[in-house]
Amino acid sequence: MPSLRDVRSRIRSVQNIQKITNAMQVVAATKLRKAQQAVRATRPYAEKMLEVLETTAQRATEYRHPYLEKREGDSVLVILVTSDKGLAGALNSNTIRAVVRYVNQHHKGQARYVTLGRKGRDFLARYRRDIVADASGLKDRPGIAAILPAVAAAMEEYNEGRVDTILLAYARWVSTLRQEATVRTLLPFDIPDREEGAAPGADYIYEPEPEEVLDALLPRYVETQVYQAVLENQASFYSAQMVAMQNATKAAGDFIQDLTLTANKVRQETITAELMDIVGGAEALRASGR
Amino acid sequence: MAVPLRVVSVERSLFEGEVDGQGRPFLVCLGAEGELGILPRHAPLLTTLRPGPMLIRNGSEETELFVGGGFLEVLPDRVTVLADVAERAEEISEEAAEEARRRAQERLAGQLSPEEEAEMIHILETAEARLRLSRIRRGRPG
Repeated sequence: MPSLRDVRSRIRSVQNIQKITNAMQVVAATKLRKAQQAVRATRPYAEKMLEVLETTAQRATEYRHPYLEKREGDSVLVILVTSDKGLAGALNSNTIRAVVRYVNQHHKGQARYVTLGRKGRDFLARYRRDIVADASGLKDRPGIAAILPAVAAAMEEYNEGRVDTILLAYARWVSTLRQEATVRTLLPFDIPDREEGAAPGADYIYEPEPEEVLDALLPRYVETQVYQAVLENQASFYSAQMVAMQNATKAAGDFIQDLTLTANKVRQETITAELMDIVGGAEALRASGR
Repeated sequence: MAVPLRVVSVERSLFEGEVDGQGRPFLVCLGAEGELGILPRHAPLLTTLRPGPMLIRNGSEETELFVGGGFLEVLPDRVTVLADVAERAEEISEEAAEEARRRAQERLAGQLSPEEEAEMIHILETAEARLRLSRIRRGRPG
């Protein structure tokens, strides 16, 4: 049986933990809202970009940009987006597991990696994987400039033919309670065909030629995709952290309740034992006095 | 005649609204082939933009932006700018631009591969365009 003092100090320490997890939950909720706003802010640009890309690609049908050309080989580079910090449940391990499974299934041989986020980088470094570039320690709502060097390094690997495919892996935000580990092909890029019956694309005057405009558009589009993934991953991270902290706060509450019951039991038992002693003593006195 | 104009960067929207230049171009910017002024009923156009200032005119009100490159799409019923890293002119820090230019010039002095050189020239152009713009705003000559 633990002593009453031990149980009480245990209760206090669990209460302190509960205060922290509760505060983290509130902070995560606020940051989640901001991260969602950031994701929404990128949409107009990305949508317009895709629209212009579709129209331009239709005009430049003869031209095959390397980003649109499927290659024979199956060497692969993965742009792995994870969070920098933990305490967010299985978020990052789910993404990493999805990447490992995907690469093993579809690509023989060693994959190369560009990491955006400390968790993914540290995991890969521990297993001695080939990390080409890293941009970790991104702040909340980073500017696109923060990720450009890493994306440029990935595109260079592709341009020089060292890899035939670039994959993008991150935790897609579905809802506050659901984040989905996602692995998808970034390059080569499939320009979706215009829907049947949709208005034909505008017949622009191109300055310079459509081919050159396409040359400028495609890398921008790739950068935008990665940037969106980073922002969405942040939203997923704060969602996951919020839920994890909510669970932790609840678990701490249950634990405090259990410990309080134990403390009361210990206290009662002590009192009972003391009473028994007194009664026993009194009985013995009375017996000897007679 | 008012035309809907939208200037968006990947990080946020920089300008959105109907603009009317009242006979003068409602949008002036630096296109691939030189300076461009867009009037209503301009032919559909898609051009890349060079780093530089961009002027939006609505009646007597003028807004200046800085774009670090990007694309301009002119359609019969609307105009869209996809700006690379556009910032409002007020936000441009002259020191940061000066610093970037100094670094670029130092690099240019050394030996560079052609790609590096092209990149440096781009950084230099960007820094110079920023400096020009912030000087225009302060009303002293470059």
